[in-house]
Amino acid sequence: MDIRRKLRIEENRKVSSRTWFLRLRGDLTGLTRAGQFVNIGIPGKYLRRPISVSRYFTGEKELHLLYNVAGEGTEILSEMREGEELDVLIGLGNGFSISSGIRHPLLLGGGIGAAPLVQLAVELMENGIVPQVVVGYNTKDESWGLEEQLRDLGIACHVATVDGSEGTKGFVTDAIKAKGLQFDYFYACGPMPMLKSLSGLPEPGEMSLESRMGCGFGACMCCSLETLTGSKRICKEGPVFKKEELIWK
Amino acid sequence: MEIKDLSWAPHPTQPKHDLRVRLGGIELQNPVIPASGCFGFGYEMNEFYPVDILGSISIKGTTLNPRFGNPLPRVAECSSGLINSVGLQNPGIDAVVSKELPKLREVFHQPIIANISGFSVEEYVECCKRITEEPQIGLIELNVSCPNVHGGGMSFGTDPEVLAGLVERVKEVSTVPLFVKLTPNVTDIVAMAEAALKGGADGLCLINTLLGMRFDLKTGKPIIANVMGGFSGPAIFPVALRMVYQVRQAFADVPIIGCGGVSSASDVREMMLAGANAVEIGSANLTNPYACRDIIKDLQEEGLGLLQTI
Repeated sequence: MDIRRKLRIEENRKVSSRTWFLRLRGDLTGLTRAGQFVNIGIPGKYLRRPISVSRYFTGEKELHLLYNVAGEGTEILSEMREGEELDVLIGLGNGFSISSGIRHPLLLGGGIGAAPLVQLAVELMENGIVPQVVVGYNTKDESWGLEEQLRDLGIACHVATVDGSEGTKGFVTDAIKAKGLQFDYFYACGPMPMLKSLSGLPEPGEMSLESRMGCGFGACMCCSLETLTGSKRICKEGPVFKKEELIWK
Repeated sequence: MEIKDLSWAPHPTQPKHDLRVRLGGIELQNPVIPASGCFGFGYEMNEFYPVDILGSISIKGTTLNPRFGNPLPRVAECSSGLINSVGLQNPGIDAVVSKELPKLREVFHQPIIANISGFSVEEYVECCKRITEEPQIGLIELNVSCPNVHGGGMSFGTDPEVLAGLVERVKEVSTVPLFVKLTPNVTDIVAMAEAALKGGADGLCLINTLLGMRFDLKTGKPIIANVMGGFSGPAIFPVALRMVYQVRQAFADVPIIGCGGVSSASDVREMMLAGANAVEIGSANLTNPYACRDIIKDLQEEGLGLLQTI
């Protein structure tokens, strides 16, 4: 199957102080699970930019992505308009696993890193599992719409902000304590310091990692990770890893 | 009903152009070869297209012992290219022979190029010994861009005498044609080519990556964790072309694999015009996993240009 697709920009707008929402249309076959990513060719840039899938609708051929303008590549992307086409490699990475034993999962996200939690929440609900969600931001201005999207799905979302401008003051771990959240499994995606702090949770879970990537499909070894189960490529065997596999230094 | 005689018509799947080339005594079905380090061990890419259409595959650079490679980040964007510092991550020669090559041979039935590296002459020799007689190995490609731990960390490929000595030792144990992949980080590429040939090389591959670096202006630090890395991609194509040309002018009959920034069928034709007998494609595979397939399709349609194939 050819995973290289032309996807049409339907919507590309700023949704918070640093985050853009990008809605694309086109053939999404090959995209199968929450937690996978796409690798987007940016006009004028050599390497593609890997971006997590926030939500997708295969039938409607619609893909939702969120990205921060963090450098020249994402700056160019933010200037692209409705109707323009993007060259996208789709359905990359392993994605989250939903095993049958999970009853009360907790979804933990940090900033824009929380984007894939929308699709994950949808897939958990389809499996009859209602997750709890905690999202952390530095300040409330960074909130990009996750809380509203989850509310529409009937899921409550707890917020933690480092500056205390909304929800629990502090990190997601502080919100877990403050709300006394009980769970039997967790899914986390966000910045590395957040994931590291979650590695100490006694509950089992899995985490989605970010990395600079060369190719995004396992050819170059630019995003290799040493784990307790051997060397893994974040783009291929990941980006989602079991908490127990990861080595924190 | 009248049945038209169509026996004269070309078979619909038959390519318009014969792309076969000769390289150091072996025949390739076409001159397109994914370069080492940009295509894994080859079989992984078979999920994108049947890799058996390729002329050859230069497999991931292999050392004697397993190596995890360098810390992350290992990659940085550049204008028309990238810098990588993977650091020769590989499972070691024995695992390549016992695990990776059998998987590749299941999907690939063309000659394989074994790219080997070492940090001492002995390591290169041992690597070559352990892989040279494996089925389907068509060529050995010596990566001489590694630092020599016994030579103050200077790369094997930057000192003509050291290079000639290394090639001579590896040549003694190689049972297939031995190619040397030259580094461009030298003043005189022809002198290095000459040294490799003096050591007994059967052919040359050029060029490897150019040493480069980038800074992150937000942190003031180099983007690559290992500070410097190898610069590749379309930006280096003119440099590669120039070096292939210079070496071809100096050595009319030496088999040469041209490598460096090749990204299209016209780049392949240009590289062959400069003097290459076959062409390796590296970075292009990373931005488009179908790059080599697309180039072969175009070459089948358009041919190799002015050049003569077999």
